Amino acid sequence: MKKLLVFLPLVLFVLVASFFFYALQVRKERPVSELASALIDRPFPEFELLTLEGESINRDALVTGEVTLVNVWGSWCIACRAEHPFLKELAESGVRIVGINYKDPKDAAIRWLNQYGDIAEFHIVDRDGRLGINLGVYGAPETYVIDAQGFIRYKKVGIVDDKEWARMGPVYERLVAEEPEGDSDA
Amino acid sequence: MPKLFLKCLAVLSLMLISLGAVAVIDVHEFSSEEIRERYDSLTEELRCPKCQNQSLAGSDSPVSEDLRREILILLEDGRSDQEIRDYMRDRYGDFILYNPPVEGKTLLVWVIPAVLFFIGLLVIFFVVRSATRNAATNVPDDLKSADDEFINDQTGNH
Repeated sequence: MKKLLVFLPLVLFVLVASFFFYALQVRKERPVSELASALIDRPFPEFELLTLEGESINRDALVTGEVTLVNVWGSWCIACRAEHPFLKELAESGVRIVGINYKDPKDAAIRWLNQYGDIAEFHIVDRDGRLGINLGVYGAPETYVIDAQGFIRYKKVGIVDDKEWARMGPVYERLVAEEPEGDSDA
Repeated sequence: MPKLFLKCLAVLSLMLISLGAVAVIDVHEFSSEEIRERYDSLTEELRCPKCQNQSLAGSDSPVSEDLRREILILLEDGRSDQEIRDYMRDRYGDFILYNPPVEGKTLLVWVIPAVLFFIGLLVIFFVVRSATRNAATNVPDDLKSADDEFINDQTGNH
């Protein structure tokens, strides 16, 4: 019995190691850096801010009965540049995209848009990041899928590309299919 | 026995040496000493969502800066510590709490360390006890019998 006790550390090690191995395999799909959003299935928060054009804007302008991608970006964010071509394709295929210009000087943002192209219906300016806090944003880019009633149904932290669209796309399509009759432009 | 206890204590205290602390320096105006203290303890106990293992107080990332400012705003607004924790948890989930609530899926987080600590105590106890015993008898049994055999060989006693 006492001899067998010698193997206890080994057994514990194997248990812990296989747990970690399993967790790492699962995490390959979704990296550790991606936190589950606390806001899934909750309404998009209220806000009262300006657009990049300087018009004041609130939640009603965002929630128009159309499924929408809300993309959090900044001119300082390299990864935002990387995902931009793919978002452009989505916009051209008829997906409604609204930008949140996050913690960015206005002139830098406008220069960025002139350089890479503006694909959004409008950009909400979140200069000090307080809308970001209400959304649970902790970096850029982040992309939210908002349903026709303004509920957050999906969140992606990081680049949206064709690989990510394989996950986000079906959610988007399902929400579009659920849209009230006659309200859709698709 | 007190000697055994002292040895266990020595091993345990070695484990505590590695504790440390870090903090980022911000310039803030606090309206009272009490708010400053609550601000310090809240930013220590809430976790930076961008980093994997830093408190809001220890992190230099922009989102931590924003969250520290938000905490200060909420404190000056008269919110309680628990209201501020809930506010953060509402937006960033359990991840932001270094002390997650004891419930369902977080139960493991609370139970495993206690169980492992207990197992560790047992291991230390048994290791130190057997070492003390061996030291007392000085020579392990099988070595002793090997010695006897050797002596018997040499003296021709069979």
